[in-house]
Amino acid sequence: MNAIVNISRLLKSKLARTGLSSFKGGVHPPQHKLESTTSPIRSVTLPKHLVLPLRQHVGNVSKLQVAAGDHVLKGQLLAKADGQVSAAVHAPTSGVIASIGNQLIPHPSGLPDISITLEADGRDQWIEHQALDYLSMSKPELLDHLREAGVVGLGGATFPSHIKLREDARHPVRTLIINGAECEPYISCDDMLMRERADEIVRGIEIMRYLLDAEVCAIGIEDNKPEAIQAMREAVAKSAIAIDVIAVPTIYPGGGAKQLIKVITGKEVPSGRLPTEIGVQCFNVATAYSVHRVVNHGEPVISRIVTVTGNVARPGNYEALLGMSISELVQLAGGRAEDGDLVMGGPMMGFNLPSAAVPVVKATNCIIVPSAEMFPQPEPALPCIRCTRCADVCPVNLQPQELYWFSKSQNLEKASEYNIFDCIECGCCTYVCPSNIPLVQYYRYAKSEIIAQDRAKEAADIARERNEFRLMRIEREKQERAQKHAQKAAGAKAEAGGDSAAEAAKKAAIAAAVERAKAQKAEVVAKNTEEVSPRVEAEIAKIEARRAQKPELSGQPEQTELFAEKQEPAVTSAVEQMDGTQLLSKEKQPTEEAK
Amino acid sequence: MNRSPYLTDAPSVTSIMLRVLLALVPGIAAYVWVFGGGILVTLALASVTALSVEALMLKLRERPIKMFVTDGSALVTAWLLALALPPLAPWWLIVLGTAIAIVLGKQLYGGLGYNPFNPAMVAYAALLISFPLLMTSWPAPLTLAEAQLGFVEQMQFIFSGALPAGVAMDAVTSATPLDYLKTQLTLNHSMEEIAQSSIFGALGGQGIELIAAAYLLGGLFLIQQRIITWHLPTAFLASIAIIAAIFYLSDASRFADPAFHLFSGATMLCAFFIITDPVSGPTTPKGKLIFAAGIGFMTYIIRVYGGYPDGVAFAVIFFNICVPLIDAYTQPRVFGHEK
Repeated sequence: MNAIVNISRLLKSKLARTGLSSFKGGVHPPQHKLESTTSPIRSVTLPKHLVLPLRQHVGNVSKLQVAAGDHVLKGQLLAKADGQVSAAVHAPTSGVIASIGNQLIPHPSGLPDISITLEADGRDQWIEHQALDYLSMSKPELLDHLREAGVVGLGGATFPSHIKLREDARHPVRTLIINGAECEPYISCDDMLMRERADEIVRGIEIMRYLLDAEVCAIGIEDNKPEAIQAMREAVAKSAIAIDVIAVPTIYPGGGAKQLIKVITGKEVPSGRLPTEIGVQCFNVATAYSVHRVVNHGEPVISRIVTVTGNVARPGNYEALLGMSISELVQLAGGRAEDGDLVMGGPMMGFNLPSAAVPVVKATNCIIVPSAEMFPQPEPALPCIRCTRCADVCPVNLQPQELYWFSKSQNLEKASEYNIFDCIECGCCTYVCPSNIPLVQYYRYAKSEIIAQDRAKEAADIARERNEFRLMRIEREKQERAQKHAQKAAGAKAEAGGDSAAEAAKKAAIAAAVERAKAQKAEVVAKNTEEVSPRVEAEIAKIEARRAQKPELSGQPEQTELFAEKQEPAVTSAVEQMDGTQLLSKEKQPTEEAK
Repeated sequence: MNRSPYLTDAPSVTSIMLRVLLALVPGIAAYVWVFGGGILVTLALASVTALSVEALMLKLRERPIKMFVTDGSALVTAWLLALALPPLAPWWLIVLGTAIAIVLGKQLYGGLGYNPFNPAMVAYAALLISFPLLMTSWPAPLTLAEAQLGFVEQMQFIFSGALPAGVAMDAVTSATPLDYLKTQLTLNHSMEEIAQSSIFGALGGQGIELIAAAYLLGGLFLIQQRIITWHLPTAFLASIAIIAAIFYLSDASRFADPAFHLFSGATMLCAFFIITDPVSGPTTPKGKLIFAAGIGFMTYIIRVYGGYPDGVAFAVIFFNICVPLIDAYTQPRVFGHEK
């Protein structure tokens, strides 16, 4: 059985082989890249008003360095990286900080986040900046520069790049892969960047290679971009280092980092691990470009190339300033930006913007203005017929039909067991589902539920640990007290010339243990009678009085004892009241000493 | 907010089901050629019953009627059952069988997508146990029958059970090759003698092999259309062929050759149309191979040693039960995971 499966796989991979490896699955959605690649990258008119979220990257929110009313220059640091996993934010043009506060940001959650609002003064005046002589700098110094220049992965993940460029003795990076695959339909910002600024990209790659000390360096570009491949080949030919330009087959999601690494190196990044563990590091071409701008020009990341396409008169790529409003960008492209239906990212993994007024951020690679017929509302979903088209196209080789079933039935444990966290949410399964089931949405939901449950469990664990620690502390204090008694008792006995000190200590320990048991019992039962209303208290007092009169009718002896103990704590402090065990044992001490 | 992907490129369930029906057309044409037009009446009866019963059940279950009646799945079940029943089966048997398939086999489990068993096979098994005589009395292919019934006469027979005057029941029926083989072997006749009978053709049964070839053609169309994958039919046919070859090579006088088993009974219909029901089948590639090979093996064993001439229905139902187990133990390696 296995042999047949293997033979079929072998045949399949043999057919696809062109010296490259391949990954299972994938789909071929219509490209729609031509629309936005007919004209060169355009610059934008200087916006008057910019909104710069402090969180444009994965990691800590950057630390504010300016206040409302400050005048800032173009390229000036507005917020610096907070810790290692963070990146800085800079002023994309000169102007005045109008306000700092929550603003809507381009995020699927639709929630606002803290942002700086900058009113441009129109002078677009640069702060003093200069190129770095990076070869004479230490690597940590250079990495700090990248962090302070706000360099993050521009492929969409926006992970701070300096962390990925740090040398790690445990996992040396042998292969540096530059991702120019750009597999999602409609998006062409990397394509145009490679066509027009290939030399600058190569300069950036040289810096990255220097930092990582990688032996092999390859740029993967899908073979539907012959112009970009040509431009990059010409550019690498001029470079002092050896860089391969590899045309990879056009298949979605071939631009996923793990998929591209598999295609180029034949190696799979282990689940839940980083590519460095197999000696590979992967960056987007636009990230390489921004590394070049930072190092060779001293310019921080203040702009990026954004594809604006779809239902617009002039689809194309724009060098947009970070912080400029997306509606402005859409207008430049000759489109009408209506709230709610704009898509940021590609049609496979993008999301609807909460408003057209949100700013361009470092993750904004593409804005699609959809027409009604472009992205029609899906037909009503039918039940899953287990046709396994989804499993056939899953690039991670999951069983989407099973994950759907588990997610739908809230069987989250099973969903985890079937590796739902390996799902990259590429959308291939939904793309081919005959029953129109929004599979990816089920997975997103299940994942967030599992994460929420894990968090709740973690919180419960912490609370339990705290409680255990508290009980331990109480126990320890009790033992210390018992020891004191023992010593005292031993002293007394020694004076009387009676029992040995050891025996006294033992007795004291037994007494303390008895006391503890009593106290514990009392605590458990006493819970019900704590915080009673005055009326009930009066009632209890009455019953007590009656019991005192008729001891023979007073019910169970334990109860009498309980109420007797209950009356004692009136004098103790508020802190001690929270701790019944401690309180009761304290109350008992005089009796014990009297013994 | 996040409803991506915004693009889809999937055939609808209806279009998949309609293509399955289309793939059955060559088989049906061959059927008409071999056994006469009566099968068309059977198909029509089963179709009408299936759609009405489905609509009724959906109404009772308060589910959207139009959406599910038009998905085409009830028609596929109806046609498969009709093609599995003996031609010229009485009308009530067809109606009863179809109703069992839709009500017990499908709707009571929750309708489309929820049936653990192949509905057509559930109905077939129920009928076979309840009405063994009717279910095993097959008409002879027209070329072999002593009396040939025309379309109208066949229709009359289906609805009233009456044959034209002067025609005896024996004149229209004959044993199927599988049946004949079984009884003759118990009478200690050798394969060579048995194969002399006119009901045997070049590969399987006379006429029946033609229908089987037509099903094969339709099945290849389904593979080409990517409605089914090669896994199930290949494993099933290979399994039957291999086990038949082993027996045949061990004693050619007592066991039929592999080609006979491939082109007789419901082998081809089963390979491309019955075990390929996605709802009641396994989903992993390896699981599909195990499932289909298992059904092939069991079909052969029932044919040779069981109490029924053909074993497809029981083998399918048995392996439908095993599907959750097969799926659980054949999960493929996920990207980036160890084996």
